Amino acid sequence: MRRILIALALLAVLGLGLFWAATRPRPIDPDLIAGLVPDVAHGEQVFWAAGCAGCHADVDAKGGEKLILRGGQRFPSPFGTFLAPNISNDQTAGIGAWSALDLANAMLRGVSPEGAHYYPVFPYGTYSRARPQDIVDLRAFLATLPSDPTPSQPHEVGFPFNIRLGLGLWKLLYLRDGWVVSGDLTAKEDQGRYLVEALGHCGECHTPRDALGGPDLTRWLAGGPVPGGTGRFPNITPGKLDWSEADIAEYLKSGFTPDYDSAGGHMALVVENTANLSDDDRAAMAAYLKKVAPQP
Amino acid sequence: MRKPTRVLTTALFAGLLLAGPVLAEDLNDPEEILTARHGYMLLMANQLAPLGAMAKGDAPYDAAAAAKAAASLAALASVDTSMLWIAGTETGALEDSDMLPEAVSDSAGRDTRFAELKTAAETLAAAAGTDQDSLKAAMGGVGAACGACHKAYRKAD
Repeated sequence: MRRILIALALLAVLGLGLFWAATRPRPIDPDLIAGLVPDVAHGEQVFWAAGCAGCHADVDAKGGEKLILRGGQRFPSPFGTFLAPNISNDQTAGIGAWSALDLANAMLRGVSPEGAHYYPVFPYGTYSRARPQDIVDLRAFLATLPSDPTPSQPHEVGFPFNIRLGLGLWKLLYLRDGWVVSGDLTAKEDQGRYLVEALGHCGECHTPRDALGGPDLTRWLAGGPVPGGTGRFPNITPGKLDWSEADIAEYLKSGFTPDYDSAGGHMALVVENTANLSDDDRAAMAAYLKKVAPQP
Repeated sequence: MRKPTRVLTTALFAGLLLAGPVLAEDLNDPEEILTARHGYMLLMANQLAPLGAMAKGDAPYDAAAAAKAAASLAALASVDTSMLWIAGTETGALEDSDMLPEAVSDSAGRDTRFAELKTAAETLAAAAGTDQDSLKAAMGGVGAACGACHKAYRKAD
């Protein structure tokens, strides 16, 4: 009997050890960004393409207010309500003290400077495909933005989802290298794929999620119910969205639909970001959306 | 063949005579307010359609047509619509309404946003007749003004 108990205890310790090993936060190899020279002007384009201000600025921010990234927006979900943190340039309340490596670990691996997992409400499932150079550029641009002393508020997430180690398991299940849309792409479609799949994080809303909150990649961009809310995110695959490429590009620029209705809800916030991209980038995103597998 | 037509015509006229005063009395009816609001939005869309087609390159740029549509849009943006944002016409109260209650309660914010639309539409009216690039640049401002109001006061899909 005693021997069995000891064996069970050893197994439990081994299991916990394996769980820890499998789920521990994994920062990037610092060599990945070593020696990269930041381009601040390009960093601004990355900033708008990645849509940082959509969540981290005030929901009703306009013009220059979009650059005050003090956080505070609330994101309800089936797992609790997440609150966007302050990522302004403030040394203590924000991320003013972060290095480019810190930002790269956050965006590519969902790992904080202290080595903790971030919740995937921060779309590192998308950003993990971003180019290291773009992150270095973005870091330099963020350093030019205002500081704001508003403290970040804690997430309102209950047990068991408040155990961040469990997020390592989520990452094992859902973090993927490589592109969702593969095959032969033109240079323009490839540019659009990068903007949508690596920075724009369209799929974070427009791809349905399973019970654990992971994206169902077999239904990429096919829309689905709003988690923890009412209504549906629309299907933006060619199976449903029959707009021309020019229509899609115009929507991302001015928010006008082909019927001259305009974007509302969170999509209005998205257009406030994509409006700052080049015509070329918006046309590339539209070209990419036409290459996505049609879904009913 | 003639007689049924005449009966129909008479019936139509009688219907119009009856409907006239009913319509006039019903301007405060929530359904009528909703119809007017939707009509107002559609009127703006009607002016935006040719402008957008020229901006996208779906239609050839026509300076006179662009200037006319943009001037009409600016006129529409300056119309007093305060009677269209009334309690009892919000989403939930009326089946076809997507208006959030904030459109009524936050009248100061609504006024600010309409003022921004007016400014953007006037900028567009000044630019639309110049050339296609000026038109394209000024469309974004109008789109942003539309979006700002919809973001604040219209139910998300």
